Amino acid sequence: MALVQLIHIAHARSGDKGDTSNIGLIARESKFYPILVREVTAERVKAHFEELCHGTVERYEIPNLEALNFLLNESLDGGGTMSLRSDPQGKTYSTALLRMEVQVPDDLL
Amino acid sequence: MIRIANGQGFWGDSLEAPIEQLRRGPLDYLTLDYLAEITMSILQKQKLRDPAMGYAHDFVQMIARGLDVIVGNNVKVIANAGGVNPEGCRQAVLNVLRKAGKHGVKVGVVAGDNLMDSLDSLIERGIELRHMETGEELATVRSRVMSANVYLGAEPVARALGMGSHITITGRCTDTGIALAPMVHEFDWKMDDWDRLAAGIIAGHSIECGAQSTGGNSFIHWPDVPDLADVGYPIVEVETDGSFVFTKHEGTGGRVTVAGVKEQLVYEMGNPREYITPDCIADFTTIHLADAGDNRVRFSGIQGRPATPFYKVSISYSNGYKAIGSMLYAWPNAFEKAQAADRILRQRLDRLGLQFDKIHTEYLGAGAAHGLKLAGKPLGDIPEVVLRVGVRSQNKHAVERFTKEIAPLALNGPPTASGLGAGRPKVEEIVAYWPALIPKTAVEATVSVEAS
Repeated sequence: MALVQLIHIAHARSGDKGDTSNIGLIARESKFYPILVREVTAERVKAHFEELCHGTVERYEIPNLEALNFLLNESLDGGGTMSLRSDPQGKTYSTALLRMEVQVPDDLL
Repeated sequence: MIRIANGQGFWGDSLEAPIEQLRRGPLDYLTLDYLAEITMSILQKQKLRDPAMGYAHDFVQMIARGLDVIVGNNVKVIANAGGVNPEGCRQAVLNVLRKAGKHGVKVGVVAGDNLMDSLDSLIERGIELRHMETGEELATVRSRVMSANVYLGAEPVARALGMGSHITITGRCTDTGIALAPMVHEFDWKMDDWDRLAAGIIAGHSIECGAQSTGGNSFIHWPDVPDLADVGYPIVEVETDGSFVFTKHEGTGGRVTVAGVKEQLVYEMGNPREYITPDCIADFTTIHLADAGDNRVRFSGIQGRPATPFYKVSISYSNGYKAIGSMLYAWPNAFEKAQAADRILRQRLDRLGLQFDKIHTEYLGAGAAHGLKLAGKPLGDIPEVVLRVGVRSQNKHAVERFTKEIAPLALNGPPTASGLGAGRPKVEEIVAYWPALIPKTAVEATVSVEAS
C-alpha cells in the first residue's frame, strides 16, 4: 500500500446550487474507481472539509462514469449572491478534494 | 440527424462564440443561455426604470451580426434572452430584421413564466411557494421579492417551433429544455417518451455550459488542450432514437474527450439517478459513453422516468447589503502584516459600534481558496498577500461606513500596504435566491409567433 494524493488517480469538477457545493470526483483510469469507492467516504470528505463545510456531506456513486458525486451542504456562506467568499460558488473545491491522501495498492501504481 | 449547438454558456460569455458557431460549420439549431439565477432581478430593475428594457441586449447584437447565416443557411435560434420582457426583446429583434431587409422571418416568444404579477393571487389560492430547503412560506419575505419566474421546459418551445418560429425567445426556461425542444419538434417525440426525453435533457446538459465541455476549464491534462484561444463550442448530433454524438466544429481549438465530457456531466449534479427537469427525470447512471473518433464522443443507453407534477420557481428577494475591500501587503512579513491589518480594522469597526451579520476575512495568496487546514501555512516569507475583508448587514449605513475604513489602513496601519483598484469599495444590495415549487396546473405557458 502507498499513500497517494487523489490528484494522481482522479480528476474533479465542482459547482453549486444555493448553499450546497457539489464535487464530481472521476477516476483517471478504471482500475482506480474501486479505490475511490472504498476510500473516499462521505465521512472522510466531511472531515477533510471541516473548515469549509458546516452541514452534512452526501455521496452518490456513478459507476458508468467511474465517478462519485459529493454534495457539501452549508458550505458556501449562504451561496452565490449572499457569500462574502472570493470563491462564492465553490469552483475551487474540486481541487481542495484532490488534496486528500488515500491508500492505493502498490500493484495499481 | 440534427445538429444542435450551444453558443453561450451564461450571460457574460464570449460574444464571438455564437458568431463562430454559425460561421465555422453546418448547424440546424443554435441555442444560447443568457440567464443566471441573479440575472432576472437585474432585468426586473431595468424594466422598472424603462418598460422597454428587461431583456438581454447582447442577444439582439448577436442576431444583427449573425443574420446572414441564420437566415441564409436556415439556422434556427433559441435563447432565453427574453428575461422579464420577452416581447420587448422580440420587437428589438424584429427591428433588426426589418432594417436588414429580411422580411417574413418568424420570431416566436414563449412566455407565462413570469409570476411577478400573480404572486399575491397564488398565495391567496393557497400556493405558499415555500422555500425548498428551509420550508418557510414566501409570505415572510413577500414585500422584498424582486422577481419570480417558473422554469419552463421544452414543450412550449417545441410548440413555437411547430408554428414555424425561426428565432425563438423565452423568458425563464431551463437550459436543457431549450436544447431538447428541437428534438421533440423535429423527431415528433411524445412528451411521455421518458427515455428519449431524458436523452435530450442529457444532450442539453452536455452543451449548456459552453466551452466547459470542449476543453475550457478542463482539469485533466489542461496544459495539453490545444489552442484554447480559438476554442470550439459544443455541438450535439442527435439521432431520432435519442442517441447522440458530442463534438465541435472541425478546425477549432479545444478538445473533446470522454474524460472531459465526464467533467461536464458531473457539474452542478445532485442525485445522479434523479436529475429533475420540467420535462422528465433523467438518470445519469444509465449513460453509456464511447470514444467515437477525433473530438467525438458517443452517448447512448440513456433512460428516464416521468416528470413530476411541479415546476421549479426561481424567486429573488432583497436581503440586506454587502461590501468587500482589499489591500496588498508586500515582503517582508506580508502575511503577518495583513493579519495585523485585519485585527486593527476589526477593532475600529467595533469602536464605531457597527453591527454586521458577518465579517469575513481572506488572505489571497495564503490559503484563501482551500483554507489553511488543507493548503497549509504559507512556506517562508512569501512575496505578497492580499487582505480581503467583506461585511454583510441588513443595515446599509453600517456597510457604507465599513467602505470608508479600508483606504486609511494604507497610512495608519502596518507598512508596505498598497490599495487595489480605484476608490472605496462599492456597497451592493444583496439579492438572495428563494427556490420553490408550484403545481404545473397553476402555470400556463403561452406561445406566439410574429413575422418581420
